[in-house]
Amino acid sequence: MGRHIKKIENAILTLITFISATIWIFPLYWAFITSIRSEERVVSSDAGLWPDEFNFAAYTHVFYNTKIIIWYINSIGTALIITFLVIVTGMMCAYAISQMRFPARRLLYGVILGCFMVPSQALIVTQFILMSDMGLVNSWAGIILPQLVVPVVIIVYKQFFDAVPKEMREAVVLDSGGDYTLLFKIYLPLNWGITAALAIITFISAWNQFFWPFLIATTEDKMTIPVGITQVKDVFGIAYARVMASALLAAMPVAVAYLIFQRKVTQAVMISSGIKG
Amino acid sequence: VAVVANRRKEAVVALSLILPFVFVLSLVFLYPIGKLIYLSFTNASLIGGNGEWVGLDNFKRVLSDRLFLTSLKNNGYFVLLTVIPTTIIALVIALMVVRLRKSLQALILAFFFLPYILPVSVVTQIWTWMLDFQFGILQPAISLIAGKPVAVFRNPYWVMPVVASVTIWWTNGFNVLLFIAGLRNIPKDYYEAAGLDGASRWQLFGKITWPLLWPVTALVLTLQFIMQLKIFDQIYLLSNGGPFNSSYVLLLMVYREAFQLDKGGYASAVALILFVMIAAFSILQFQLLKARGQ
Repeated sequence: MGRHIKKIENAILTLITFISATIWIFPLYWAFITSIRSEERVVSSDAGLWPDEFNFAAYTHVFYNTKIIIWYINSIGTALIITFLVIVTGMMCAYAISQMRFPARRLLYGVILGCFMVPSQALIVTQFILMSDMGLVNSWAGIILPQLVVPVVIIVYKQFFDAVPKEMREAVVLDSGGDYTLLFKIYLPLNWGITAALAIITFISAWNQFFWPFLIATTEDKMTIPVGITQVKDVFGIAYARVMASALLAAMPVAVAYLIFQRKVTQAVMISSGIKG
Repeated sequence: VAVVANRRKEAVVALSLILPFVFVLSLVFLYPIGKLIYLSFTNASLIGGNGEWVGLDNFKRVLSDRLFLTSLKNNGYFVLLTVIPTTIIALVIALMVVRLRKSLQALILAFFFLPYILPVSVVTQIWTWMLDFQFGILQPAISLIAGKPVAVFRNPYWVMPVVASVTIWWTNGFNVLLFIAGLRNIPKDYYEAAGLDGASRWQLFGKITWPLLWPVTALVLTLQFIMQLKIFDQIYLLSNGGPFNSSYVLLLMVYREAFQLDKGGYASAVALILFVMIAAFSILQFQLLKARGQ
């Protein structure tokens, strides 16, 4: 008897879970359905919840009438450069802190931990002044530079490097290989998994940055895609099929990256927030 | 002597390894922090010079600036509307998802997590459409509550709760993930032992899950608190602080004062106050993490 009731309870709970998940994803579904309808259909009162039109006019319109391709290039370019530099500089710095002895090592690590607590949004005013002084307003370099400080990458790498046995380094250094060889030939290959995970979330978060690129990119041809698509709305008025098409185009690369690397993303999110999943 | 030489060589190599990061850190982080503190005591404009030293004038003015007090109040209201609700919703979802079979779990988790990896402007555009006054698919639901359609982002009562709901939809996946990690870390045999004693679902939750999950809950609460204090993007894109400043928040004030009114010094003072508030809560969070031995 008790077991029977438990089974029914379980089935109901699973059903509720499915319904909640469907409701949660519905806005994305609705955005997609809207984007493949004609503008007239979108606002007509008999348009139902189901896909009834496969009209890609909104997408072609966005491609031909906005600078979306330039925004794509800006986003891909800046996000890749940010990811590469954050990973390489972070790895080098973490290796030195973890494995080597040098003056002010503890102080440096303390400063990095401290940076963790600094809200970068509070620095926009003086970062903007700095970029302006260096003549980098409205340039890729201006978009990239302030995004290169990601202390959590160093903190995570340090944990992983700390776990590599110290004897390894001594053996190799005695064999006259330098620390650079050691880092890139041994420590990095040993930690490909975490490197990939950190690279993916660094890329996603660089792609998704809004506030800073929005401030520093002052003309349309320097905007990244999340900033650019906010211009589309102003141009189109309430042409929602087009607005949804541009929004989905902006989201696609990161959504695809997430769906392919789901486990890596999950792992990186957990590790970088201090929970070992 | 050889040891000393080796030590020195090691230090040189180490310095070359840390140099790229330290250089960038000093340039775009430490220097701007120093400059922020300095500017907050001046009447500098955004571009063109450091202005004049005015002592504590900016801070005195801030404290009597009604816009600042409104922003502070709205930040508090927003935190209230998001932090605890998102924590509860995430916990419930995590409890539901973690029961599922492994393969199914990944799929359902993806449904809940996907919004979190979207750019903020994508999120706001989708919700602007969902909530459109004339054609929004959610207006019938809003009519049920309000009796008539509401232009939610132009209504002083609706704007903050709606922006908060959008924010929860957007960022909740992150919290779900943390809770799931926490739930997976609870040893299975605890439940088996209690199950043999005939404990009910609620007893299991109250006696085992909740106490063992408390550290993760505390982490989620503090992380959310810090994150929601920094609210800007969604407000800017959805309501731009309006109507009648009913969604005006601190970071929006920093932005307006600096970039639209060209008051670099005054904006710096507001930014510094926000900075100190967030840093204080981050230290609290850090202590929580350390207390868990990580």
